[in-house]
Amino acid sequence: MNTKPEHFDEMRVGDDAVRSPYDSYKRWFDEQPAGRFARKSKEAEAFFRRTGITFNVYGQVAAQERLIPFDLVPRIISGREWNKLSRGIEQRVRAINAFLHDIYNRQEILKAGRVPVDLIARNEAFLPQMMGFSPPGNIYTHIVGTDIVRTGEDDFFVLEDNARTPSGVSYMLENRETMLQMFPELFSRIKVQPVSDYPKNLRRSLAATAPQSCNGKPVIAVLTPGIYNSAYYEHSFLADQMGAELVEGHDLRVVDGHIAMRTTRGYKQIDVIYRRIDDEYLDPLTFNPKSMLGVPGIMDVYRAGNITIANAPGTGVADDKAIYSYMPDIVEFYTGEKAILKNVETHRCGEADSLKYVLDNLADLVVKEVHGSGGYGMLVGPAASKKELADFADKLRARPGNYIAQPTLSLSTVPIFVKKGLAPRHVDLRPYVLVSPEGINITPGGLTRVALTEGSLVVNSSQGGGTKDTWVLED
Amino acid sequence: MLGKTAGGLFWMFRFLERAENTARLVEAGFRIALTRSQDSSSEWESVVTTAGVCDHYRKKHNDFTAANVIDYLLRDKDNASSVYSVIKSARDNARLVRTALTVEVWTAVNDNWMTMQELLKRPIKETDLPRVLDVIRSQSALVRGALHGTMLRNDIYDFARIGTFIERADNVARIIDVKYYTLLPSTSFVGSSLDNVQWETILRSVSAHRAFRWLDEEDMTASSVARFLILDPRLPRSLVFSMKTTVENLNYLAEEYGERHACHDHADQMLKNLRERDIKSIFDEGLHEFITGFIHDNNALGLLIERDYKFYN
Repeated sequence: MNTKPEHFDEMRVGDDAVRSPYDSYKRWFDEQPAGRFARKSKEAEAFFRRTGITFNVYGQVAAQERLIPFDLVPRIISGREWNKLSRGIEQRVRAINAFLHDIYNRQEILKAGRVPVDLIARNEAFLPQMMGFSPPGNIYTHIVGTDIVRTGEDDFFVLEDNARTPSGVSYMLENRETMLQMFPELFSRIKVQPVSDYPKNLRRSLAATAPQSCNGKPVIAVLTPGIYNSAYYEHSFLADQMGAELVEGHDLRVVDGHIAMRTTRGYKQIDVIYRRIDDEYLDPLTFNPKSMLGVPGIMDVYRAGNITIANAPGTGVADDKAIYSYMPDIVEFYTGEKAILKNVETHRCGEADSLKYVLDNLADLVVKEVHGSGGYGMLVGPAASKKELADFADKLRARPGNYIAQPTLSLSTVPIFVKKGLAPRHVDLRPYVLVSPEGINITPGGLTRVALTEGSLVVNSSQGGGTKDTWVLED
Repeated sequence: MLGKTAGGLFWMFRFLERAENTARLVEAGFRIALTRSQDSSSEWESVVTTAGVCDHYRKKHNDFTAANVIDYLLRDKDNASSVYSVIKSARDNARLVRTALTVEVWTAVNDNWMTMQELLKRPIKETDLPRVLDVIRSQSALVRGALHGTMLRNDIYDFARIGTFIERADNVARIIDVKYYTLLPSTSFVGSSLDNVQWETILRSVSAHRAFRWLDEEDMTASSVARFLILDPRLPRSLVFSMKTTVENLNYLAEEYGERHACHDHADQMLKNLRERDIKSIFDEGLHEFITGFIHDNNALGLLIERDYKFYN
């Protein structure tokens, strides 16, 4: 530990000093007897496996259900740092909702020339069926998971907006639950802002966007593709925690102009669907006719104002990585303020100059598909072999508009527990945001994803990343 | 409750019950194989027949050796009724209905599945079989204990119980049916002491050999064993006990929902049929005919429940 880290470390300053948010924790950690952590680590894994907190990895038949590795050392953020972050997130989420409402209605931002028409018109996630329709409360993205990375004391960047169907919130909750079980004494020493209200807030938030036609207590259902989906655990967990029904497409049908679920006592109307299936599969009559996951006719019911779908169909436009590159403009256009959170510098390969720059500097850049997610189909230049770089360059030349490129950020590191003790690893952060007519609610903290391999920058769980509990201190 | 959830609960508990019964069958077969000097392949064949998987078994194996049968019934992934397969199905159904289960029940089922994966990873040596069967049974008991100890007595519990007892009635009826030639009285056999080991197997395969000795003053005869398994309301695996419990739980559902269906009348009639019979009249009718009729009615009941409570689209 005597070399000066080239990355911002969230715990250490220099060789022996500790950043203030980690003060109490580090003191506690140093008091722990040797061996305790290794033991606790095993306990935690057994707990996750027994509870069935697993995820499925596509394309891996042998290991159908895997655990996301959990690291016992919390990532700690001060209340002050968090306040700034959460203001930035709130501003951005407001702008995204206003943006979505605009492009599906008057399209002022296109008329003003601040975002090119092409980006919307040629966007696969743009749904013409949503034109001229306003969802309840004008809310498109009820649940957002904004991916944030840090590179310095005051340098936070938004990496992705995830306005469509962000996942992982169950890990945020279970990670805290696990920490409370493993180290109860720690929480009496250090005051940490709670996350456990999330399911209650989610329920409230969804209920508040119920359609006008709903009188009485809104009936809420979580729509899942089923038990073989990679995030099924999370779907059942959220339904359970909210006291909502967990439904699949075949449980639902249109009855008298409403969406109803088949119960043991006949069909019962539902008012709000928190859907965890993609737009494309939502309604075989409107979108993919082969979809078995959706509900035939649900889009008609939706447009008639008899069901709320969260998040709204067509929200994915905002997740497009080419749109992302315009986000500072979008924030300014709708809020009249400068964006509080920074965007990562982004080269749109569809533009000739950018493409040339990207091809010339491929080994230093991260290249992503504009519609991609989950770390699939991306190139991390500094980690790629010569052959991989050459192959990717071919792909870029063939479909430049399909890619954006960003500089390789020196993500901050936080300590994880390894055999030798604590070791720094790169992390990102996904806070969870709820949007309702009553306001915007951001759970303090979120999900910290950590690249467990030394030096690695890829934090995705599908690519060997792990998670940590994330603490926001009561300052 | 969602119709799908009711269906998931029903099947989850049918599968759990099936796993336990299959383990008992194997245990009974194993015992016979141990205690008899002669060739035991006919005994193993009848075990496979009782499990209802004989046709498929013959596609995979040419003979009924202990090793093949044990492997097939306990750990063969191609056999949809092997213990491995049914515990997996039970756990898949549990995931499907997870919001209806307490954490304890879910954890017990999940533990069961994790244990089976480990336990049934490799072929089972005969020396290890008693331990393996013991683990299978005790895992089932843990799930049942969690169910009784932690679940609300509402429709969720009712569907779980109905699934359990429809499966149990089916399994026990099959045991009687496969062994009916043993029980079948050519008139001279009625009342005579037959091959004791055969009786033992039947009783053992429903864990009732001690109960029989404790409760029954009669000798072990064709009619006394058949009576015990079909008509004794004290035996928790008898047909009449299973039917009684199914009817009770169906009635709770009718009460809670304020509505009776065709399945209620059908189940009432089945229970009445059992209660009005004595063993002599059953033998007079023909044991095989009686049991075949029961299995048929029991299947029909399952289908009525599935329809009346809208398990599927």
